[in-house]
Amino acid sequence: MTKVRTSYNRRSFLKSVAVTGGGLVLGFNWLSGCRPAETKMATGPVLPDNWYEINAYLKIGENGTVTIRTPNPEFGQNVKTSMPMIVAEELDADWENVISEQAPFNADKYGFQFTGGSLGIRTRWEGLRTAGAAARHMLREAAAQTWSVPLAEVTTAAGILYHKSSDRSASYGEMAELAGSFPVPKEVELKAVKDFTIIGNSKKNVDARKIVSGEPLYAMDRYEEGQLVAMVVHPPSFGQRFGSIRNLEDVKAMPGIREVFSIKTYKDDFQKGFFDTNAFPELVAIVGASTWEVMNAKKAILVDWQPLEAYTETVGGLFGGANTSRNVPAGMESTEDHRARMNEAAGRSGRVVRKDGDPQAAFASAERVIERSYSAPFLAHNCMEPINCLARVEGDKVWIAGPMQAPGLIEPTIAARMDIPVENIEIEMLRMGGGFGRRGYSHYLLEAALIAQRVKTPVKLIYTREDDMTNGVYRPAYQATYRAALDGAGNLLAFHVKAGGIPESPLYANRFPAGAIDNYLAEDWTLDSNITIGAFRAPRSNFMAGAEQSFLDELAEAMGKDPISFRLELLQRAATDPVGDKNDYDPARYAGVLKLVREKAGWDQKKPDVHRGVSAYFCHHSYAAHVLELTVEDDKPTVQKVTCAIDCGIVVNPDAAVNMAEGGIVDGVGNALFGEMTFTDGVPDKNNFHQYRMIRMGEAPRKIEVHFVKSDIDPTGLGEPPFPPVFGAIANALYKASGKRKYKQPFLGGQDLLG
Amino acid sequence: MSKYNLSINGATRSVDVDATTPLLWVLRDHLRLIGTKYGCGMAQCGACTVHLDGVAMRSCVLPVSQVGEQSVTTIEGLSENNDHPLQEAWLEHDVPQCGYCQAGQIMNAAALLSDTPNPTDEDIDAMMAGNICRCGTYTRIKAAIKTAATKS
Repeated sequence: MTKVRTSYNRRSFLKSVAVTGGGLVLGFNWLSGCRPAETKMATGPVLPDNWYEINAYLKIGENGTVTIRTPNPEFGQNVKTSMPMIVAEELDADWENVISEQAPFNADKYGFQFTGGSLGIRTRWEGLRTAGAAARHMLREAAAQTWSVPLAEVTTAAGILYHKSSDRSASYGEMAELAGSFPVPKEVELKAVKDFTIIGNSKKNVDARKIVSGEPLYAMDRYEEGQLVAMVVHPPSFGQRFGSIRNLEDVKAMPGIREVFSIKTYKDDFQKGFFDTNAFPELVAIVGASTWEVMNAKKAILVDWQPLEAYTETVGGLFGGANTSRNVPAGMESTEDHRARMNEAAGRSGRVVRKDGDPQAAFASAERVIERSYSAPFLAHNCMEPINCLARVEGDKVWIAGPMQAPGLIEPTIAARMDIPVENIEIEMLRMGGGFGRRGYSHYLLEAALIAQRVKTPVKLIYTREDDMTNGVYRPAYQATYRAALDGAGNLLAFHVKAGGIPESPLYANRFPAGAIDNYLAEDWTLDSNITIGAFRAPRSNFMAGAEQSFLDELAEAMGKDPISFRLELLQRAATDPVGDKNDYDPARYAGVLKLVREKAGWDQKKPDVHRGVSAYFCHHSYAAHVLELTVEDDKPTVQKVTCAIDCGIVVNPDAAVNMAEGGIVDGVGNALFGEMTFTDGVPDKNNFHQYRMIRMGEAPRKIEVHFVKSDIDPTGLGEPPFPPVFGAIANALYKASGKRKYKQPFLGGQDLLG
Repeated sequence: MSKYNLSINGATRSVDVDATTPLLWVLRDHLRLIGTKYGCGMAQCGACTVHLDGVAMRSCVLPVSQVGEQSVTTIEGLSENNDHPLQEAWLEHDVPQCGYCQAGQIMNAAALLSDTPNPTDEDIDAMMAGNICRCGTYTRIKAAIKTAATKS
């Protein structure tokens, strides 16, 4: 057992709860507004007559049913199941009697309610355990007082309190009211990992039945009384801004249309936060009775756009970091120009980010230098649920419900624009139809609120798929050049990486193989652009892993070594005699996933019928390695199998974790082979799925096997780590199949066949 | 505006809408049957899949005026108690991640199974090619279809 304090993130999260705890709270369901009157449940906990609030994370009914609230928003990573599992574990609840709810957005109670960076389970781990353990402690105290027995003699199991020596027992429900009246203990004991009964045992997705039944879960599904539908029109091209509406009156006269106007998302003097990325801060809004009528008006509207003037903006730092300055150039950019500019930048010296030893001398003395360049295009997130949001503004009060990864980051922006205190803003986090980073940039919440304010009725803002795909916040375009110096005996003398992008660099200078090579140089560069970018599943890693792992594969081949053995040798060096002291990975855990995947994939057995590629990467505090097997028939590659090994510490919900890894692998195969957004004169060349190729059923790996390193280490990231190494594994397998190295993503370049 | 009497999930529903309105928006905006999703508006993603006389159709490009007497089935009407073998198999394989595409996947798979009760991998790949799952749950979708095929 471990003792922990019941405070968390500088905020005594349980204490602030105790203020509201203890009282009788009548049964209510804060999400009732978006649920149908009758929920067809095959099974499920019985609702009690009364709920007793124990702390911010849970309440218990008199019948023993427990409601556990998930603080972070759900976008498919299944926190709405796994987070309650953590609370239930320490509470010693009966999982069959647990109802899972999305917690309200309330930073005082729940801290930073954020989904992204594979941070959810890792950052909530101790807090959620403490919430469950504190509640269990209070229930035991209630039983001890009721039965007049020592607290130490009161035990629990699956939602029941016991006093074994007097043969007494009571359900949590019987003790909930009294327990809720107690103060939160200053210190609680947490279970030992070996005593876990819920964590580590797969539980089904708590929303799955609603999903397969078509019940309303998403903002898109919600209809408010008297709501109108709103859509926006943004400039067709990056490098343009709003000018004027040419046929305003004609559009207003169209069937069902109520209002047409322009909105400005920020005040002129507003200093944007890090997540206020927005290429089109002035938009045309069309509001009408029904979606189809507004869509028709959107097709009919004629807008004059103006060229954007170049500007520089200061942007608030991420999580309290220093402000940064962004140069936004004028002009309409094209992918062809981007490529030329990137090649030119890659040819110049970059900014030196890390240097070990004397790489220049080592390269000068090399018998052989291998140099290769890799590139990847912009990518659109393409969440299946297009951007949308509901809003209602009454006086100086704003209510918003929508899909969002980080309500706390947009709330101050809304307050500043609408001249209201943040207390006047109520935000409901609804289940997201995907996120992948895109919904961390929640300008659409503010747009919906501004439109609702103007029309004085609730509105549902809907982006069409075309709006969603052409709005920006893309994964940046990247390029990296790798060089390796070998001596006459084939030993690796020096390693050089120079990476850059539009408009950010993907470089992680302190990642592997930094630390494993005496002479090491890492440089980066950036190019300005008016095309906006944002986080996309495993930002920067999603490119660097593919480039680096392809290069290491080519290097191993040049050195006559097995690609896994070569990596293990480098990791051995980093473990026993590391170069530098800033290396950000654990060589033993890194080697661990490579060894596991070698064993599980049968790497050491010859498999002449398939072409295999291996790749491993560290990001978001976790380690992932893949062996990808593919076959080629008539030049068409088919991924037959991916064997995956992951070390992410303790795995809370194993089958869901496997699902997440499978999804990351499919996503990786899709983006590696097909993913690409290009531009012509500032206009995105693709605006819907007929042009933007997404991976489909027949292109997914035939089989995926996921193995987790057994571990007692606290959980680390999972949503992102399995994604980046896929790019390297498939590139290396495609090389085996075709004899040609893949340097440029997407690897199939919009074709079905290997060229 | 025109009046349409539609047969949806076994009941007659009347709507007064423009003739060009896609069935998707009639279902969602006018009848509040929101299980059928908007994903692309051009029959490229399959999120809006419904059955028209048992045949899988993309409701986002189907004008209401073309529905006529044909009976429409949405995810809400696929089974009496949300217990169609596919819905049960989806739960057994714990398929969904974000879940947004899954009703469309199930509706498309249901049409597949009624035509081809024991589909091969190739049948499934071909029939399900029109349904995008951005989360990448394809291997589970395929496994769930196979499980359902053994039970229906």
